[in-house]
Amino acid sequence: MRITCPICGERDRREFTYRGAALKTPALEAGIEAWHAQVHLRGNPAGPLAELWHHEMGCGAWVQVTRNTATHEMLGSVLAEDAGLAVSASETEVET
Amino acid sequence: MRFSGWRVLKEGLTGNKGWGSHWRDPEPKRDYDVVIVGGGGHGLATAYYLAKEHGLRNIAVLEKGYLGGGNVGRNTTIVRANYYLPGNSEFYSHSLKLWEGMEQDLNYNAMMSQRGILNVFHNDGQRDATVRRANAIVNQGDDAEILSRDHLKKLVPFLNYDTNRFPIMGALLQRRAGTARHDAVAWGYARGADQFGVDLIQNCEVTGLDVEGGRVLGVQTARGPIRARKVALAAAGRSGQVAAMAGLTLPIESHVLQAFVSEGLKPVLDHVVTFAEGHLYISQSDKGGLVFGSYLDFYSSYAARGNLPMVEHTMESIAAMVPAVTKARLLRSWGGIMDMTPDGSPIIDHTPIEGLYLNAGWCYGGFKATPASGHCFAHLIATDRPHDAATRFKLDRFRTGHGLMDEEGTGAQHNLH
Repeated sequence: MRITCPICGERDRREFTYRGAALKTPALEAGIEAWHAQVHLRGNPAGPLAELWHHEMGCGAWVQVTRNTATHEMLGSVLAEDAGLAVSASETEVET
Repeated sequence: MRFSGWRVLKEGLTGNKGWGSHWRDPEPKRDYDVVIVGGGGHGLATAYYLAKEHGLRNIAVLEKGYLGGGNVGRNTTIVRANYYLPGNSEFYSHSLKLWEGMEQDLNYNAMMSQRGILNVFHNDGQRDATVRRANAIVNQGDDAEILSRDHLKKLVPFLNYDTNRFPIMGALLQRRAGTARHDAVAWGYARGADQFGVDLIQNCEVTGLDVEGGRVLGVQTARGPIRARKVALAAAGRSGQVAAMAGLTLPIESHVLQAFVSEGLKPVLDHVVTFAEGHLYISQSDKGGLVFGSYLDFYSSYAARGNLPMVEHTMESIAAMVPAVTKARLLRSWGGIMDMTPDGSPIIDHTPIEGLYLNAGWCYGGFKATPASGHCFAHLIATDRPHDAATRFKLDRFRTGHGLMDEEGTGAQHNLH
Protein backbone atom coordinates (compact mmCIF):
# COMPACT_ATOMS: atom_id res chain seq x y z
CA MET A 1 0.00 0.00 0.00
CA ARG A 2 1.39 3.43 -0.96
CA ILE A 3 -0.05 6.63 0.41
CA THR A 4 0.11 10.04 -1.21
CA CYS A 5 1.17 12.84 1.09
CA PRO A 6 0.02 16.20 -0.37
CA ILE A 7 3.40 17.66 0.52
CA CYS A 8 5.82 14.80 -0.24
CA GLY A 9 4.01 12.81 -2.93
CA GLU A 10 3.48 9.05 -3.04
CA ARG A 11 5.31 7.26 -0.26
CA ASP A 12 5.56 3.80 1.30
CA ARG A 13 2.91 2.98 3.89
CA ARG A 14 5.72 2.40 6.42
CA GLU A 15 6.29 6.15 6.65
CA PHE A 16 2.77 6.68 8.01
CA THR A 17 1.03 5.95 11.30
CA TYR A 18 -2.68 5.16 11.27
CA ARG A 19 -5.12 7.09 13.41
CA GLY A 20 -8.49 5.80 12.16
CA ALA A 21 -11.63 7.34 10.72
CA ALA A 22 -11.32 11.10 10.10
CA LEU A 23 -13.87 12.45 12.56
CA LYS A 24 -14.39 15.98 13.76
CA THR A 25 -13.73 16.51 17.45
CA PRO A 26 -16.87 17.66 19.30
CA ALA A 27 -16.87 20.79 21.40
CA LEU A 28 -15.79 20.14 24.99
CA GLU A 29 -19.31 20.83 26.25
CA ALA A 30 -20.97 18.74 23.50
CA GLY A 31 -22.09 16.06 25.95
CA ILE A 32 -21.60 12.34 26.41
CA GLU A 33 -23.41 11.13 23.29
CA ALA A 34 -21.32 13.26 20.93
CA TRP A 35 -18.09 12.25 22.64
CA HIS A 36 -19.09 8.58 22.80
CA ALA A 37 -19.76 8.68 19.06
CA GLN A 38 -16.44 10.33 18.32
CA VAL A 39 -14.27 8.14 20.54
CA HIS A 40 -15.97 4.75 20.14
CA LEU A 41 -18.64 4.41 17.45
CA ARG A 42 -17.59 3.75 13.89
CA GLY A 43 -19.46 3.58 10.57
CA ASN A 44 -16.82 1.00 9.66
CA PRO A 45 -17.73 0.88 5.95
CA ALA A 46 -16.59 -1.84 3.54
CA GLY A 47 -15.78 0.70 0.86
CA PRO A 48 -14.51 4.29 0.72
CA LEU A 49 -13.46 5.60 4.13
CA ALA A 50 -11.99 9.01 5.01
CA GLU A 51 -9.26 8.37 7.55
CA LEU A 52 -6.34 10.10 9.19
CA TRP A 53 -2.74 9.06 8.62
CA HIS A 54 0.25 10.79 10.18
CA HIS A 55 3.28 11.18 7.93
CA GLU A 56 5.38 10.48 10.96
CA MET A 57 8.55 9.28 9.21
CA GLY A 58 8.28 12.03 6.58
CA CYS A 59 7.21 15.64 6.79
CA GLY A 60 5.07 15.20 9.91
CA ALA A 61 1.83 16.25 8.22
CA TRP A 62 -1.56 14.84 9.17
CA VAL A 63 -3.21 13.62 5.99
CA GLN A 64 -6.85 12.78 5.37
CA VAL A 65 -6.71 9.81 3.03
CA THR A 66 -9.77 8.38 1.29
CA ARG A 67 -9.19 4.67 0.87
CA ASN A 68 -11.40 1.77 -0.14
CA THR A 69 -11.27 -0.63 2.82
CA ALA A 70 -12.53 -3.50 0.68
CA THR A 71 -9.72 -3.24 -1.90
CA HIS A 72 -7.04 -0.95 -0.31
CA GLU A 73 -7.38 1.33 -3.35
CA MET A 74 -6.30 4.92 -2.62
CA LEU A 75 -8.95 7.40 -3.74
CA GLY A 76 -7.38 10.71 -2.77
CA SER A 77 -5.65 12.59 -0.01
CA VAL A 78 -5.62 16.13 1.34
CA LEU A 79 -3.96 17.75 4.31
CA ALA A 80 -6.12 17.29 7.39
CA GLU A 81 -6.33 21.04 7.93
CA ASP A 82 -7.61 21.50 4.36
CA ALA A 83 -10.31 18.95 5.17
CA GLY A 84 -11.43 21.05 8.11
CA LEU A 85 -9.65 18.88 10.65
CA ALA A 86 -7.19 21.08 12.51
CA VAL A 87 -4.57 18.89 14.12
CA SER A 88 -2.44 19.86 17.07
CA ALA A 89 1.32 19.60 17.17
CA SER A 90 1.07 16.51 19.36
CA GLU A 91 0.88 13.38 17.26
CA THR A 92 -1.70 11.76 19.47
CA GLU A 93 -4.19 14.60 19.78
CA VAL A 94 -6.65 15.72 17.14
CA GLU A 95 -8.51 18.94 17.79
CA THR A 96 -10.88 21.11 15.83
CA MET B 1 -25.47 -41.19 11.74
CA ARG B 2 -23.12 -41.64 14.68
CA PHE B 3 -19.36 -41.83 14.32
CA SER B 4 -17.44 -44.57 16.12
CA GLY B 5 -14.42 -46.76 15.68
CA TRP B 6 -16.70 -49.66 14.71
CA ARG B 7 -18.39 -47.50 12.11
CA VAL B 8 -15.03 -46.54 10.56
CA LEU B 9 -14.07 -50.24 10.46
CA LYS B 10 -17.39 -51.30 8.92
CA GLU B 11 -17.31 -48.56 6.29
CA GLY B 12 -13.69 -49.35 5.51
CA LEU B 13 -14.64 -52.95 4.78
CA THR B 14 -17.70 -52.06 2.72
CA GLY B 15 -16.32 -49.45 0.36
CA ASN B 16 -17.21 -46.38 2.44
CA LYS B 17 -20.67 -46.29 0.83
CA GLY B 18 -22.59 -45.67 4.03
CA TRP B 19 -21.42 -42.17 4.86
CA GLY B 20 -24.12 -39.57 4.36
CA SER B 21 -24.22 -35.79 4.38
CA HIS B 22 -23.41 -34.29 7.76
CA TRP B 23 -26.35 -31.89 7.54
CA ARG B 24 -29.42 -31.21 5.41
CA ASP B 25 -29.67 -28.41 2.86
CA PRO B 26 -33.19 -27.14 3.62
CA GLU B 27 -35.19 -24.41 1.93
CA PRO B 28 -35.78 -21.50 4.30
CA LYS B 29 -39.19 -21.49 5.99
CA ARG B 30 -41.14 -18.23 6.22
CA ASP B 31 -41.11 -18.12 10.01
CA TYR B 32 -38.71 -19.03 12.83
CA ASP B 33 -38.53 -18.51 16.57
CA VAL B 34 -34.86 -17.55 16.29
CA VAL B 35 -32.88 -16.51 13.23
CA ILE B 36 -29.10 -16.42 13.65
CA VAL B 37 -27.24 -14.22 11.17
CA GLY B 38 -23.87 -15.77 10.43
CA GLY B 39 -22.98 -19.44 9.91
CA GLY B 40 -19.50 -19.35 11.39
CA GLY B 41 -18.27 -21.04 14.53
CA HIS B 42 -20.09 -18.73 16.93
CA GLY B 43 -23.40 -18.75 15.03
CA LEU B 44 -23.41 -22.53 14.65
CA ALA B 45 -22.46 -23.08 18.29
CA THR B 46 -25.23 -20.69 19.31
CA ALA B 47 -27.78 -22.69 17.32
CA TYR B 48 -26.51 -25.95 18.78
CA TYR B 49 -26.75 -24.80 22.41
CA LEU B 50 -30.12 -23.09 21.84
CA ALA B 51 -31.45 -26.47 20.76
CA LYS B 52 -29.57 -28.64 23.23
CA GLU B 53 -29.69 -26.56 26.41
CA HIS B 54 -32.87 -24.57 25.91
CA GLY B 55 -35.07 -26.95 23.94
CA LEU B 56 -35.73 -24.58 21.05
CA ARG B 57 -36.16 -26.28 17.70
CA ASN B 58 -37.55 -23.70 15.27
CA ILE B 59 -34.19 -22.08 14.52
CA ALA B 60 -32.44 -21.03 11.32
CA VAL B 61 -28.81 -20.09 10.76
CA LEU B 62 -28.42 -17.82 7.72
CA GLU B 63 -25.01 -17.78 6.03
CA LYS B 64 -24.18 -15.60 3.05
CA GLY B 65 -21.50 -18.00 1.78
CA TYR B 66 -20.85 -21.52 3.02
CA LEU B 67 -20.78 -22.79 6.59
CA GLY B 68 -17.49 -22.10 8.32
CA GLY B 69 -16.16 -20.08 5.39
CA GLY B 70 -15.19 -17.03 7.46
CA ASN B 71 -12.85 -16.57 10.37
CA VAL B 72 -13.49 -20.01 11.88
CA GLY B 73 -11.65 -21.40 8.85
CA ARG B 74 -9.00 -18.65 8.72
CA ASN B 75 -7.47 -18.56 12.21
CA THR B 76 -4.41 -20.12 13.84
CA THR B 77 -6.50 -22.65 15.84
CA ILE B 78 -5.21 -21.82 19.32
CA VAL B 79 -7.31 -22.70 22.37
CA ARG B 80 -6.38 -21.29 25.80
CA ALA B 81 -7.75 -19.78 29.02
CA ASN B 82 -4.93 -17.54 30.19
CA TYR B 83 -6.67 -14.21 30.62
CA TYR B 84 -6.23 -11.90 33.57
CA LEU B 85 -9.18 -9.55 34.01
CA PRO B 86 -12.51 -10.44 35.63
CA GLY B 87 -14.99 -10.84 32.80
CA ASN B 88 -12.56 -12.43 30.38
CA SER B 89 -11.10 -14.74 33.03
CA GLU B 90 -14.28 -16.65 33.90
CA PHE B 91 -15.49 -16.62 30.31
CA TYR B 92 -12.41 -18.27 28.79
CA SER B 93 -12.26 -20.67 31.71
CA HIS B 94 -15.83 -21.70 30.86
CA SER B 95 -14.84 -21.99 27.21
CA LEU B 96 -11.86 -24.26 27.88
CA LYS B 97 -14.08 -26.62 29.89
CA LEU B 98 -16.53 -26.77 27.00
CA TRP B 99 -13.64 -27.47 24.61
CA GLU B 100 -12.62 -30.41 26.75
CA GLY B 101 -16.03 -32.05 26.43
CA MET B 102 -16.91 -30.89 22.95
CA GLU B 103 -15.87 -33.86 20.88
CA GLN B 104 -17.79 -36.35 23.03
CA ASP B 105 -20.73 -33.99 23.21
CA LEU B 106 -20.86 -33.53 19.42
CA ASN B 107 -19.73 -37.06 18.53
CA TYR B 108 -17.29 -35.36 16.19
CA ASN B 109 -13.52 -35.43 15.92
CA ALA B 110 -12.35 -31.83 16.19
CA MET B 111 -8.75 -33.00 16.72
CA MET B 112 -8.65 -31.15 20.03
CA SER B 113 -5.03 -31.37 21.12
CA GLN B 114 -4.15 -30.17 24.63
CA ARG B 115 -0.48 -29.82 23.81
CA GLY B 116 0.02 -26.85 26.13
CA ILE B 117 0.82 -23.22 25.49
CA LEU B 118 4.08 -21.53 26.48
CA ASN B 119 4.01 -17.73 26.91
CA VAL B 120 7.68 -16.77 26.78
CA PHE B 121 8.90 -13.67 28.65
CA HIS B 122 12.10 -11.71 28.11
CA ASN B 123 12.73 -9.36 31.03
CA ASP B 124 12.00 -8.77 34.72
CA GLY B 125 8.94 -6.64 34.09
CA GLN B 126 7.37 -9.20 31.78
CA ARG B 127 8.19 -11.97 34.25
CA ASP B 128 6.45 -10.13 37.08
CA ALA B 129 3.39 -9.48 34.92
CA THR B 130 3.37 -13.11 33.80
CA VAL B 131 3.60 -14.44 37.36
CA ARG B 132 0.73 -12.16 38.34
CA ARG B 133 -1.32 -13.46 35.43
CA ALA B 134 -0.44 -17.05 36.32
CA ASN B 135 -1.74 -16.45 39.85
CA ALA B 136 -4.96 -15.02 38.43
CA ILE B 137 -5.36 -18.07 36.20
CA VAL B 138 -4.86 -20.42 39.16
CA ASN B 139 -7.41 -18.38 41.13
CA GLN B 140 -9.94 -18.75 38.33
CA GLY B 141 -9.50 -22.51 38.72
CA ASP B 142 -7.34 -23.28 35.70
CA ASP B 143 -3.78 -24.48 35.43
CA ALA B 144 -0.70 -22.29 35.10
CA GLU B 145 2.95 -23.02 35.79
CA ILE B 146 5.96 -20.72 35.60
CA LEU B 147 8.89 -22.48 33.95
CA SER B 148 12.49 -21.46 34.46
CA ARG B 149 14.71 -20.87 31.47
CA ASP B 150 16.42 -24.24 32.00
CA HIS B 151 13.10 -26.07 32.22
CA LEU B 152 11.86 -24.33 29.07
CA LYS B 153 15.10 -25.20 27.28
CA LYS B 154 14.43 -28.89 27.92
CA LEU B 155 10.97 -28.60 26.37
CA VAL B 156 11.85 -26.36 23.40
CA PRO B 157 15.62 -26.41 22.90
CA PHE B 158 15.78 -24.60 19.56
CA LEU B 159 14.49 -21.14 20.52
CA ASN B 160 16.97 -18.28 20.40
CA TYR B 161 17.60 -17.91 24.15
CA ASP B 162 20.38 -15.32 24.01
CA THR B 163 19.52 -12.42 21.75
CA ASN B 164 20.67 -9.10 23.16
CA ARG B 165 17.29 -7.43 23.10
CA PHE B 166 14.95 -10.31 23.87
CA PRO B 167 16.79 -12.96 25.89
CA ILE B 168 14.39 -15.68 27.03
CA MET B 169 14.00 -15.84 30.82
CA GLY B 170 11.24 -18.42 31.14
CA ALA B 171 7.62 -19.04 30.28
CA LEU B 172 4.11 -19.51 31.56
CA LEU B 173 2.87 -22.99 30.71
CA GLN B 174 -0.81 -23.84 30.55
CA ARG B 175 -0.96 -27.55 29.89
CA ARG B 176 -4.69 -27.71 29.13
CA ALA B 177 -4.36 -25.20 26.30
CA GLY B 178 -3.59 -26.31 22.76
CA THR B 179 -5.08 -26.38 19.30
CA ALA B 180 -8.12 -27.82 17.52
CA ARG B 181 -8.98 -28.48 13.89
CA HIS B 182 -10.80 -25.22 13.13
CA ASP B 183 -12.97 -26.41 10.22
CA ALA B 184 -14.05 -29.48 12.16
CA VAL B 185 -15.28 -27.27 15.00
CA ALA B 186 -17.65 -25.51 12.61
CA TRP B 187 -18.69 -28.79 11.01
CA GLY B 188 -19.23 -30.48 14.37
CA TYR B 189 -21.51 -27.71 15.62
CA ALA B 190 -23.30 -27.60 12.26
CA ARG B 191 -23.97 -31.32 12.34
CA GLY B 192 -25.01 -31.17 15.99
CA ALA B 193 -27.43 -28.31 15.35
CA ASP B 194 -28.84 -30.00 12.25
CA GLN B 195 -29.55 -33.17 14.23
CA PHE B 196 -31.74 -31.09 16.56
CA GLY B 197 -33.68 -29.84 13.52
CA VAL B 198 -31.97 -26.46 13.10
CA ASP B 199 -32.17 -25.25 9.48
CA LEU B 200 -28.69 -24.33 8.22
CA ILE B 201 -29.27 -22.14 5.17
CA GLN B 202 -26.27 -21.32 3.02
CA ASN B 203 -25.95 -18.81 0.16
CA CYS B 204 -28.51 -16.74 2.01
CA GLU B 205 -27.16 -13.26 2.59
CA VAL B 206 -29.18 -11.07 4.92
CA THR B 207 -29.95 -7.85 3.05
CA GLY B 208 -32.17 -6.13 5.59
CA LEU B 209 -33.44 -6.27 9.16
CA ASP B 210 -37.15 -5.55 9.65
CA VAL B 211 -37.61 -3.29 12.67
CA GLU B 212 -40.90 -1.70 13.61
CA GLY B 213 -41.69 0.28 16.73
CA GLY B 214 -38.33 -0.60 18.26
CA ARG B 215 -38.90 -4.32 17.80
CA VAL B 216 -37.34 -6.73 15.33
CA LEU B 217 -39.83 -8.62 13.15
CA GLY B 218 -37.59 -10.57 10.80
CA VAL B 219 -34.98 -10.36 8.08
CA GLN B 220 -34.83 -9.75 4.34
CA THR B 221 -32.54 -12.22 2.61
CA ALA B 222 -31.26 -13.14 -0.82
CA ARG B 223 -33.75 -16.02 -0.62
CA GLY B 224 -36.75 -13.98 0.43
CA PRO B 225 -38.14 -12.47 3.63
CA ILE B 226 -38.12 -14.51 6.85
CA ARG B 227 -40.09 -13.59 9.94
CA ALA B 228 -38.51 -14.18 13.34
CA ARG B 229 -39.42 -13.64 16.97
CA LYS B 230 -35.76 -13.10 17.79
CA VAL B 231 -32.80 -12.26 15.57
CA ALA B 232 -29.25 -12.93 16.77
CA LEU B 233 -26.26 -11.33 15.04
CA ALA B 234 -23.02 -13.32 14.91
CA ALA B 235 -21.40 -11.77 11.85
CA ALA B 236 -17.84 -11.23 13.17
CA GLY B 237 -15.92 -8.81 10.94
CA ARG B 238 -19.12 -7.86 9.12
CA SER B 239 -21.04 -7.02 12.31
CA GLY B 240 -20.97 -3.30 11.55
CA GLN B 241 -22.74 -3.72 8.22
CA VAL B 242 -25.37 -6.08 9.60
CA ALA B 243 -26.09 -3.85 12.60
CA ALA B 244 -26.35 -0.84 10.29
CA MET B 245 -29.37 -2.50 8.67
CA ALA B 246 -31.14 -1.95 11.99
CA GLY B 247 -29.84 1.60 12.25
CA LEU B 248 -27.22 0.74 14.87
CA THR B 249 -23.64 2.01 14.89
CA LEU B 250 -21.26 -0.26 16.79
CA PRO B 251 -18.04 0.50 18.67
CA ILE B 252 -16.16 -1.68 16.20
CA GLU B 253 -13.48 -1.19 13.57
CA SER B 254 -12.74 -4.10 11.23
CA HIS B 255 -9.03 -4.72 10.79
CA VAL B 256 -6.94 -7.29 8.96
CA LEU B 257 -4.80 -9.88 10.77
CA GLN B 258 -2.42 -11.99 8.71
CA ALA B 259 -1.35 -15.57 9.35
CA PHE B 260 1.36 -17.71 7.78
CA VAL B 261 2.02 -21.40 7.19
CA SER B 262 5.30 -23.06 6.25
CA GLU B 263 5.68 -26.17 4.15
CA GLY B 264 4.94 -29.43 5.96
CA LEU B 265 7.71 -30.65 8.24
CA LYS B 266 8.31 -33.64 10.49
CA PRO B 267 7.07 -33.08 14.05
CA VAL B 268 9.36 -30.50 15.61
CA LEU B 269 7.28 -28.22 17.82
CA ASP B 270 5.24 -29.92 20.54
CA HIS B 271 3.55 -26.83 22.04
CA VAL B 272 1.99 -23.56 21.07
CA VAL B 273 4.64 -20.92 21.81
CA THR B 274 4.03 -17.17 22.11
CA PHE B 275 6.62 -14.46 22.65
CA ALA B 276 6.26 -11.27 24.64
CA GLU B 277 8.81 -9.86 22.17
CA GLY B 278 5.76 -8.79 20.18
CA HIS B 279 2.56 -10.58 19.40
CA LEU B 280 4.43 -13.47 17.85
CA TYR B 281 2.98 -16.97 18.19
CA ILE B 282 3.73 -20.30 16.54
CA SER B 283 2.49 -23.88 16.57
CA GLN B 284 2.75 -26.89 14.29
CA SER B 285 -0.36 -28.24 12.62
CA ASP B 286 -1.06 -31.95 12.49
CA LYS B 287 -0.23 -31.80 8.77
CA GLY B 288 3.24 -30.56 9.72
CA GLY B 289 3.06 -26.91 8.69
CA LEU B 290 4.37 -24.31 11.11
CA VAL B 291 1.50 -21.88 11.70
CA PHE B 292 2.47 -18.44 12.94
CA GLY B 293 1.48 -14.80 13.04
CA SER B 294 1.86 -11.58 14.97
CA TYR B 295 0.17 -8.16 14.90
CA LEU B 296 -2.74 -6.64 13.05
CA ASP B 297 -1.78 -4.58 10.02
CA PHE B 298 -3.26 -1.64 11.99
CA TYR B 299 -5.61 -0.05 9.49
CA SER B 300 -9.29 -0.67 8.73
CA SER B 301 -9.73 -3.39 6.12
CA TYR B 302 -12.20 -5.87 4.69
CA ALA B 303 -9.80 -7.08 2.01
CA ALA B 304 -8.98 -10.38 3.80
CA ARG B 305 -5.35 -9.87 2.78
CA GLY B 306 -2.62 -7.77 4.29
CA ASN B 307 0.39 -5.73 3.25
CA LEU B 308 4.10 -6.39 3.08
CA PRO B 309 5.30 -4.38 6.13
CA MET B 310 3.56 -6.73 8.56
CA VAL B 311 4.72 -9.77 6.58
CA GLU B 312 8.29 -8.52 6.98
CA HIS B 313 7.81 -7.73 10.65
CA THR B 314 6.45 -11.22 11.35
CA MET B 315 9.28 -12.89 9.41
CA GLU B 316 11.87 -10.82 11.26
CA SER B 317 10.33 -11.75 14.60
CA ILE B 318 10.16 -15.45 13.85
CA ALA B 319 13.70 -15.44 12.46
CA ALA B 320 14.92 -13.74 15.64
CA MET B 321 13.08 -15.98 18.10
CA VAL B 322 12.98 -19.33 16.27
CA PRO B 323 15.88 -19.19 13.80
CA ALA B 324 15.34 -22.79 12.65
CA VAL B 325 12.15 -21.68 10.93
CA THR B 326 14.18 -19.74 8.36
CA LYS B 327 15.21 -23.09 6.86
CA ALA B 328 11.58 -23.81 5.96
CA ARG B 329 9.82 -22.27 3.01
CA LEU B 330 6.68 -20.24 3.50
CA LEU B 331 3.77 -22.04 1.88
CA ARG B 332 1.00 -19.49 2.10
CA SER B 333 -0.36 -16.50 3.99
CA TRP B 334 -3.79 -14.98 4.32
CA GLY B 335 -5.75 -12.36 6.20
CA GLY B 336 -8.87 -12.48 8.33
CA ILE B 337 -11.26 -9.64 9.17
CA MET B 338 -11.15 -8.84 12.89
CA ASP B 339 -14.01 -6.99 14.60
CA MET B 340 -11.94 -4.82 16.95
CA THR B 341 -13.56 -3.12 19.95
CA PRO B 342 -11.92 -0.17 21.75
CA ASP B 343 -10.90 -2.27 24.79
CA GLY B 344 -10.06 -5.48 22.93
CA SER B 345 -12.82 -7.50 24.62
CA PRO B 346 -16.04 -8.83 23.09
CA ILE B 347 -19.75 -8.02 23.27
CA ILE B 348 -22.54 -10.52 24.03
CA ASP B 349 -25.57 -8.42 24.82
CA HIS B 350 -29.02 -7.14 24.01
CA THR B 351 -29.25 -4.26 21.58
CA PRO B 352 -31.53 -1.22 22.03
CA ILE B 353 -33.91 -3.01 19.62
CA GLU B 354 -36.20 -5.55 21.28
CA GLY B 355 -35.60 -9.08 20.06
CA LEU B 356 -32.27 -8.20 18.43
CA TYR B 357 -29.17 -9.70 20.09
CA LEU B 358 -25.52 -8.98 19.40
CA ASN B 359 -22.47 -11.23 19.52
CA ALA B 360 -19.47 -9.32 18.16
CA GLY B 361 -16.14 -7.67 18.87
CA TRP B 362 -14.05 -10.83 19.16
CA CYS B 363 -10.97 -8.98 18.00
CA TYR B 364 -8.25 -11.51 17.14
CA GLY B 365 -9.36 -14.07 19.74
CA GLY B 366 -12.65 -15.49 18.56
CA PHE B 367 -11.64 -19.07 17.88
CA LYS B 368 -10.87 -20.13 21.45
CA ALA B 369 -14.12 -18.49 22.50
CA THR B 370 -16.27 -20.47 20.06
CA PRO B 371 -17.96 -22.94 22.46
CA ALA B 372 -18.56 -20.45 25.29
CA SER B 373 -19.60 -17.72 22.90
CA GLY B 374 -22.30 -19.99 21.50
CA HIS B 375 -23.21 -21.29 24.95
CA CYS B 376 -23.54 -17.86 26.55
CA PHE B 377 -25.20 -16.23 23.53
CA ALA B 378 -27.77 -19.02 23.46
CA HIS B 379 -28.45 -18.45 27.17
CA LEU B 380 -29.00 -14.74 26.57
CA ILE B 381 -31.31 -15.32 23.60
CA ALA B 382 -33.38 -18.01 25.34
CA THR B 383 -33.67 -16.45 28.80
CA ASP B 384 -33.01 -12.73 28.17
CA ARG B 385 -30.46 -12.87 31.00
CA PRO B 386 -26.69 -13.04 30.54
CA HIS B 387 -24.98 -16.32 31.36
CA ASP B 388 -22.94 -16.18 34.59
CA ALA B 389 -19.72 -16.50 32.58
CA ALA B 390 -20.55 -13.56 30.30
CA THR B 391 -22.14 -10.90 32.49
CA ARG B 392 -19.55 -8.23 31.66
CA PHE B 393 -19.61 -8.28 27.84
CA LYS B 394 -21.89 -5.25 27.75
CA LEU B 395 -22.44 -3.09 24.68
CA ASP B 396 -22.80 0.10 26.73
CA ARG B 397 -19.53 -0.23 28.67
CA PHE B 398 -17.84 2.13 26.22
CA ARG B 399 -20.50 4.78 26.63
CA THR B 400 -20.49 4.63 30.41
CA GLY B 401 -16.81 3.79 30.90
CA HIS B 402 -17.92 1.22 33.47
CA GLY B 403 -16.66 -2.37 33.15
CA LEU B 404 -14.05 -1.90 30.43
CA MET B 405 -11.80 -4.94 29.99
CA ASP B 406 -8.49 -3.71 28.60
CA GLU B 407 -6.16 -6.70 29.04
CA GLU B 408 -3.19 -4.86 27.55
CA GLY B 409 -3.65 -1.78 29.70
CA THR B 410 -3.15 0.52 26.73
CA GLY B 411 -6.46 2.39 26.97
CA ALA B 412 -9.96 1.74 25.68
CA GLN B 413 -9.50 3.45 22.35
CA HIS B 414 -9.55 2.24 18.75
CA ASN B 415 -6.18 1.44 17.17
CA LEU B 416 -4.54 0.60 20.51
CA HIS B 417 -5.30 -3.17 20.54
